Amino acid sequence: MNKHLLSVDDLTIDDVNTLFTTAAEMHDVQRREVKKLPALRGRTVINLFFEDSTRTRSSFELAGKWLSADTINLAGKGSSASKGESLRDTVLTIASMGVDALVIRHSASGACHQVAEWVDCSVVNAGDGTHEHPTQALLDAYTLVRRLGTLEDKHIVLVGDLTHSRVFRSNVGLLGRLGARVTVVAPPTLMPSGVEAWSASAGFETSYDLDEVLPKADAVMMLRVQRERMSGGFFPTAREYTVGYGLTRDRLAVLGEEVPICHPGPMNRGLEIAADAADAAQSLILEQVSSGVAVRMSVLYHLLAGEGASA
Amino acid sequence: MCAQPAPVPDQSADPIGRVVLDARDIARALTRISHEILERNKGADNLVLLGIPTRGVGLAHRIAERIAETEGVAVPVGSLDITLYRDDLRRHPARGPQHTEVPPGGIDGTTVVLVDDVLYSGRTVRAALDALADLGRPDAVRLAVLVDRGHRELPVRADHVGKNLPSARSERVMVRLAETDGHDEVRIADRPEPATAPKGEDA
Repeated sequence: MNKHLLSVDDLTIDDVNTLFTTAAEMHDVQRREVKKLPALRGRTVINLFFEDSTRTRSSFELAGKWLSADTINLAGKGSSASKGESLRDTVLTIASMGVDALVIRHSASGACHQVAEWVDCSVVNAGDGTHEHPTQALLDAYTLVRRLGTLEDKHIVLVGDLTHSRVFRSNVGLLGRLGARVTVVAPPTLMPSGVEAWSASAGFETSYDLDEVLPKADAVMMLRVQRERMSGGFFPTAREYTVGYGLTRDRLAVLGEEVPICHPGPMNRGLEIAADAADAAQSLILEQVSSGVAVRMSVLYHLLAGEGASA
Repeated sequence: MCAQPAPVPDQSADPIGRVVLDARDIARALTRISHEILERNKGADNLVLLGIPTRGVGLAHRIAERIAETEGVAVPVGSLDITLYRDDLRRHPARGPQHTEVPPGGIDGTTVVLVDDVLYSGRTVRAALDALADLGRPDAVRLAVLVDRGHRELPVRADHVGKNLPSARSERVMVRLAETDGHDEVRIADRPEPATAPKGEDA
């Protein structure tokens, strides 16, 4: 594996399979009474979150702690960044303390790539703007592989606010490389510009008609409507969005009881996903969360444990 | 996808060096170890066999089969991966851990017999003891190995040994088992050791 994990494109399929195999073992550790492995003893991981986060930050924190790394959480708010310090000065200051890895979430797309050029330690992208969220893509794929056995020729449908979704960007690349047929569905206003050229090269399909695509899905992944990133009106009303693109009770009936439902969270219940769907027996939403810790343990282990890992 | 890969015959099993244990020798050694375990434990009660991947797992199952033949008791068998507990993790590229599987009854209050193919520096056993402590608290832990080649770096001693094989550090001891390599034999070869321990050799 590379020194950094900035994008799913940094990973070969062999890397992904290795990460999944290790994650499966890490998953077993989570079921033990003693959830602790000594593999990263003496390593230090800083979670530097310039954006709000609950699950990703605590997931990385638990992953580091269960591998015996010293982990520290720093938020943008309340840190020197809020006093006007530049990103470069903040990360160089922290990196100078002798840390082994920086896990960074930032609102600017490309921020993590930039940080990786400034520091000597490993950098893990925990979400940069609307660009990428590679560990989310890994945990989504891992969760689906555990449920479906393989993604080869499976039809995965991603639905929602694609324009603002880094999860979508990381997922289409990874799911496609693992053999899945991917269809992305969104209203025209939330379909990224230039998606036609991208879908042709990356091999996924696009649709504006959820009801046409849904019956053919082997798994459906609902994406959050990111109202905090929306500067204008992307749809007339929440009700209209739900009618067109929400996983409603009626659509859940169409989907059947076997097709797994994913959502990277946090969910807008009643907007993109009905409570019935979120809490359905086939919902993998909480499983995604527990898989997330295992996958992040696997990522930190492979980045930091071996020879040549940053020290 | 996340299951362990099926055993693949080791293509690097060159016919180098000389055979110190053939298939019949290995079978006899395992039968003797099985009887020793039963004598020491005064029967098969409360026993758990934990093989250390890769080859220790196959050996543990074979010992369990022999115990079942002798005592008519199915002794629980599991596997105990020590990758994440090694003290030399930073000396090698990160390796993926193998499967750890504790029998359903757990190991608390049992006599655990750790089973491995080669005992060398003793560092694998040290790591195994650490790993075991995270899984539970057995009443006793014993160690059974097919080959003890000496050169201990830690105060570790096996309770049950298939063959004591005095060796030079420059030599390699290679264990091949039917489960992982397609055939049973132990070879010793006069060859400088590579930076990483070859398959079937304690590190």
